[in-house]
Amino acid sequence: MAGPQHVGAAILAVDELDPLIVALRDDGYRVVGPTVRDGAIVHADLESAADLPRGWTDEQGPGTYRARPTDGDARFSYAVGPSSPKRELFPPRQRLWTATSDSDASFQVVEEARESPRIAFLGLRGCELAAIRIQDRVFLRGSYQDEVYAANRSDTLLIAVECGSPAGTCFCASMGTGPRVDDGADLILTELLDGDPRFLVRVGSDAGAALLERLAYRDATAADLDAREQVVTAAAERMGRTLDVDGLPDLLMDNLDHPRWDAVADRCLACANCTLVCPTCFCSTIEDTTDLRGQTAHRDRRWDSCFGLEFSHATPASIRTSTKARYRQWMTHKLATWVEQFGTSGCVGCGRCITWCPVGIDITEEAAAIRRASDPTSADLPVPPTGARR
Amino acid sequence: MDQGIGRPTVAVWKFASCDGCQLSLLSAEDELLSIAEEVHIAYFLEATREVVEGPYDLSLVEGSISTPDDAERIRHVRDISTTLITIGACATAGGIQALRNFGDLDAFRSLVYARPEVVASLADSTAIAEHVPVDLALRGCPIETDQLVEVISAVLAGRKPLTPTHSVCVECKLRGNLCVAVADGTPCLGPVTQAGCGARCPAFARGCYGCFGPTESPNPASLSDWLEEGLGVDHPELLRLYRTFNADAPAFRTESRRHEEVAP
Repeated sequence: MAGPQHVGAAILAVDELDPLIVALRDDGYRVVGPTVRDGAIVHADLESAADLPRGWTDEQGPGTYRARPTDGDARFSYAVGPSSPKRELFPPRQRLWTATSDSDASFQVVEEARESPRIAFLGLRGCELAAIRIQDRVFLRGSYQDEVYAANRSDTLLIAVECGSPAGTCFCASMGTGPRVDDGADLILTELLDGDPRFLVRVGSDAGAALLERLAYRDATAADLDAREQVVTAAAERMGRTLDVDGLPDLLMDNLDHPRWDAVADRCLACANCTLVCPTCFCSTIEDTTDLRGQTAHRDRRWDSCFGLEFSHATPASIRTSTKARYRQWMTHKLATWVEQFGTSGCVGCGRCITWCPVGIDITEEAAAIRRASDPTSADLPVPPTGARR
Repeated sequence: MDQGIGRPTVAVWKFASCDGCQLSLLSAEDELLSIAEEVHIAYFLEATREVVEGPYDLSLVEGSISTPDDAERIRHVRDISTTLITIGACATAGGIQALRNFGDLDAFRSLVYARPEVVASLADSTAIAEHVPVDLALRGCPIETDQLVEVISAVLAGRKPLTPTHSVCVECKLRGNLCVAVADGTPCLGPVTQAGCGARCPAFARGCYGCFGPTESPNPASLSDWLEEGLGVDHPELLRLYRTFNADAPAFRTESRRHEEVAP
């Protein structure tokens, strides 16, 4: 992203959201943003500002999510939904190639054509921008570049809306990924609900600046900037969860035989939900199929999870047969070994793994339990009572 | 006119069952002609009276072992089959009729039949694999046509069939279903049930009924504890949740027994 030309902040009236979406669509972008569908605030294609979740909020806790209408008029008064930009950038299923054979002697392999869809993400939270940065690092800046991700990411526009309504499972403030957003997006919006509802807009790229110029804005005042400061400060104070990341990688790796892993394995369903809703988890598997006639073969890639037995299948069998081993692998990779592998934590604090765990396992509580038990000044028992299994 | 030369022979067998899984093969309308061209359907009474004598390259076995005759016949089927694949919940776990394994057969029999003494039944309805070695088990009540076509394609190609053993939750997430358990508080067996159906019920906002039986590493005790404490599902209801098509699959059987003990 080139340096921003437009340095000051602007104010958009609420009515300008629709022209914003129209402008993006006129430019050939799919606009992917929040909308209410089937009782949840999800990311989907938006046609106009009327699709936004006006007057809706979400309530989240371990293993529970509810979207609810409110008395208010806000469009972005929710935390995060069940899906993340991962679904667009690293789709759940991707065809890699098709092979066809007309005879027994020869066959032809045709790689799937890669298109670069124009996608404008509207309403990204700090945690989601951080997740995109992490997946960029994993897929684009390692030894190999992932062609599927690269194609999907190559023509994207990122429009953030700072989070003013963190949920009960959120802990982005602990991870340093939000709610405050100062870079990493083409435009950064903050919904201001004091006085006239409006959006503070800061520009993060030339593309963002050009987009803003097509809208009716006014310059922001000091009062507007103060209002934004109040929104993000209040949000940071309302985090539902905290995760103490101080020395966390070493803490976990020094406690690989801690009895807490047995306790969490008693509760864990090994269902893989946490990994699939995680905006940074990037594992996939390859599926090869042939048709009845043996004339066409497909190679597909789909999301996989370290909670599956087959994931760690190494001849002759799976090497992580216990749920304990699989949960420990996931959590230590996410919070510890990810750092040495990619230079950051693999967790952005979005809380999805807590909310969408069918039995409400809380990664922040698991980490805290190991820390407590490792702290000689702590009075806590090293292992929770088994009654804690829910 | 024998068109079967060179093509693998396939036999389809029925034991105690509703025929729904065999129908899944017959209802594979787009692929049925291709299947008939690639294999020689040699024994399939649901489809044709014409019978070609065994042995057979591939036997698809529907139904559970429910009578002394069944127990004899399945050994014969195994003897004359190179590859034996069980299809459906009856064949892989005893089926809905395995509910009798939790009750008193003589009591049922005398209530249901006018002359119970002529009904020859085993005390338990059991899976095929409890009687003979099974090469592959295809889950579901009924099986999914797509999975059956995939397995036949794999057998023909000599490759591993694509029949994942992970949870239904994976299919929900791949498909983009909203989780009915988390977002609606609907009791759902998806986290402990094997994939294969494409998460059909959750896609229609219903909880998973567990048609495909337990996952590769199920933890129904934890799920039940959550349903009980979090959603207020009581023990009789939890017992019924696990006692359907796969009631006698070990993980579900053990879990429903647990609620039998504490049920008032």
